[in-house]
Amino acid sequence: MEEKKDPHGGGVIGSGERVVKAGPSGSGNGILLEGRDVTLRFGGIEALNGLSFTIRPREIVSVIGPNGAGKTTLLNTITGLHIPDRGEIFFRGEVISGLRAHQIAGLGISRTFQQTQLFSNLTVAENIMVGMHPRTNAGFLGGILHLPAERREEQKIRDKAENLLNSFGLLARADWMASHIAIAEQRRLEIARALAGEPEVLLLDEPAAGLNIRETESMGDLIVGLREKGQTVLLVEHNMHLVMGISDWVVVLHHGSKIGEGRAEDVQKDRRVVDAYLGT
Amino acid sequence: MGKKNKQFLVAYAVCVFMLPFFLRNNYHLMVLNVAALNIIIVIGLNLLMGYAGQVSLGHAAFFGMGAYLSGILTTTYGFPVWPTTILAALVTGGVAYLLGIPTLKLEGHYLVMATLGFNVIVYIVMIQLDRVTGGPSGFAGIPPMHAGDFVFNSDRKVYYLLGTVSVGILVLAFNLIHSRVGRAMAALSHNEIAARCSGIDTEKYKINIFVLSAMIASLAGSFYAHYITFISPGSFSIFYSLQVVTMVLIGGMGSLWGSVFGAFLLTILPEFLHAVKEYNVLVYGTVLMAVLIFFPQGLFPGILEVWKKRRTRMEAESSGPGRGL
Amino acid sequence: MSLPVQILQFMITGLTTGSTYALIAIGFSIIHNATGIVNFAQGEFVMLGGMLMVTFFNSLKLPMVVAFALTVFSVAAVGLVLEWGPLRHAKSKEILVLVMITVGASIAIKALSMIFWGKNAMTLPPFSGEAPFILLGAAIMPQSLWIMGITILVVAALNYFFKRTLTGKAMRAVAASRRSAMLTGIPVDRMIFLSFALSGGLGAVAGIVLTPITTTSFDVGMMLGLKGFSAAILGGYGSMPGAVVGGLLLGALESLAAGLVSSEYKDALAFLILLVVLFYKPSGILGRGTLRRV
Repeated sequence: MEEKKDPHGGGVIGSGERVVKAGPSGSGNGILLEGRDVTLRFGGIEALNGLSFTIRPREIVSVIGPNGAGKTTLLNTITGLHIPDRGEIFFRGEVISGLRAHQIAGLGISRTFQQTQLFSNLTVAENIMVGMHPRTNAGFLGGILHLPAERREEQKIRDKAENLLNSFGLLARADWMASHIAIAEQRRLEIARALAGEPEVLLLDEPAAGLNIRETESMGDLIVGLREKGQTVLLVEHNMHLVMGISDWVVVLHHGSKIGEGRAEDVQKDRRVVDAYLGT
Repeated sequence: MGKKNKQFLVAYAVCVFMLPFFLRNNYHLMVLNVAALNIIIVIGLNLLMGYAGQVSLGHAAFFGMGAYLSGILTTTYGFPVWPTTILAALVTGGVAYLLGIPTLKLEGHYLVMATLGFNVIVYIVMIQLDRVTGGPSGFAGIPPMHAGDFVFNSDRKVYYLLGTVSVGILVLAFNLIHSRVGRAMAALSHNEIAARCSGIDTEKYKINIFVLSAMIASLAGSFYAHYITFISPGSFSIFYSLQVVTMVLIGGMGSLWGSVFGAFLLTILPEFLHAVKEYNVLVYGTVLMAVLIFFPQGLFPGILEVWKKRRTRMEAESSGPGRGL
Repeated sequence: MSLPVQILQFMITGLTTGSTYALIAIGFSIIHNATGIVNFAQGEFVMLGGMLMVTFFNSLKLPMVVAFALTVFSVAAVGLVLEWGPLRHAKSKEILVLVMITVGASIAIKALSMIFWGKNAMTLPPFSGEAPFILLGAAIMPQSLWIMGITILVVAALNYFFKRTLTGKAMRAVAASRRSAMLTGIPVDRMIFLSFALSGGLGAVAGIVLTPITTTSFDVGMMLGLKGFSAAILGGYGSMPGAVVGGLLLGALESLAAGLVSSEYKDALAFLILLVVLFYKPSGILGRGTLRRV
């Protein structure tokens, strides 16, 4: 029960066991995504400081922490938008830190953004179809010449998009411009787009920001529903209610370091976590 | 491709086919041929500008490379016409590849400057390498295109050839836009980070589309050389690069039919300005500025929007207040 | 002439033209720093400088100093008009659109110049005669000394302006972060205005001092502008020391290449250098790190 003030990963808070779900994907030791001693410096500031974490299959892991703790920076680093100055990130046992963003997405890591980054010049349906990019392969020649293989793939893409739109309640908006739909719908669309690529790990950056209570509960149900279907989720969130309600494991960041991790109920009661948020 | 586009394509093909029957004058046919070449180049350029979001001010150089490579190899060295056209396109594409790799990684205006600089270099080479290119006075005696025994040596014959090619390029361009690659390009032009995180190799796509647009320009250049049978550096200066960019901007970036409109308009407009040749360039610069200031989404889309707004306003007025009040 | 003397001669010529490239490059940098755009019309400012000076001095017979000042202010005014008119009223503020507007403006300015002044080349008398000085066997035109001297003066004045005056510091603040500058009460619009006026004036100075050596005509703008831009990129885009280093280096390289290798392709060299720099180190000689976005 001791949390050491250790910059290289705070200790486990509470006595709770981390439940390991059955799931074949991932390397032998059951870890899907892992960071070891990840450090990132911007100018003179360490945005991420010796961060180590693990994510196991079919878990919902939440990363919490006050503003500026490095949560979004962590997501940006995992997805390849930054290269860590020290440390490495592993996906299914292979190093991915240093790969380019589109390669990492192609390996099976998708994300949403803190401020929705839809393709507002495309329709709702087209946004989802773009999300399928890593799992499809028609190239320039196929596209230009509209070859039979390309036509077949296009049909599959259209069918899959329709299914996704349906399950996310966006079918009626399929041909609307993505920028013209409501905020809550835009959020769902961004998640649908991320899922269109059939990722093994889904990174969600504050999916509940700006949503009201009812919408937040729907969001929570949606995420839990994804987990039930076998999806692994890494969630960055400020909304404690949501985090505590759905997370299997919570990691707490502060000034780029991990100050602790544990089950939701243990972390919630921990003194240091409370102090970090209140800034005493 | 979409039903509407298919309908427009058929209408376009019909117009292209029928138009010569209404024209008495060979000169008009020549103007239309130049328009067709511009349409071809502008469509390629629009794929780069409207879909990949990059601006090139050096497409005259690619056009010129196609013209000079085809012209010199077929005339001085007796190469066969069609294979040389393809060879020229491949060489031009290769050069565009080398040019694009470093510059497309940087912000947009670096490509503008690099392509501009490239255009200047090519222009200077065309003038200075006069033993091969004929220098400033140009290069003559280029053989016309032929298909078997049929030679394309009249304005009318070339017209139908170019008209068909332009229809073909439009079909291929529309196919591309509505494909996986087209969506990826549209995505990356709008939000590059989100596109990358969706698995799109943005650098590769930008380079590929840049190369493709350069090859299309080279193709047009080869046709131009075999049509006019005489080429000179003056046709491949920076001013022409600016003209084709203006055509894209007028038609609207991302709108292929707009490109057809823009290319056509800006080809025939100078014909009406002939009387005021001196002011030709001034009008150009002013038109370019005016379109960019007031219709940044393009003149063609701007006009469409104004027209649509007027219609909804007229409809609202006809069923307006006062009824039943 | 022995080779070392030849090289010295080329270097002198090179540093002379290089000084004007430096002035043009600084003009590009000032506007880029304030607004983020590349002002394509910068080269036309240079052309206007030469042409207006010819009109004021040769045709209207105004005293040289008066004509000089009048020209500089006139071109600064043109810069102001460009900002206040087309750029400020543009419906879209996207950088590429604004850059293309400056392209249109440069075409329009060039066309107007052709209509007004015709196509002939025009020249100015050198400021203090034509008798060259001999230094170690190489000839230095007095005009070269004027050019280098005026450039040093201008650079020093700008340096003082940006480092010591409130307005100059305000402009640097805008360049560093427009939003922060706005929040601290700096009138950003006015600073942008000022940057265009400054760049116009700088271009004019470059055009005036260069005309006695190279003559001027309605179409010199484009090449000079592009070369100035190449110089800016070579030295490190956006920095004044970079512009100076880039300008001088470009001038020297160009002159050496023209003299020792081939003079026909001299103009192509500037762009070759541009492409090479973009290929290997886009941030330029004095630039820090890379310009790549991850």
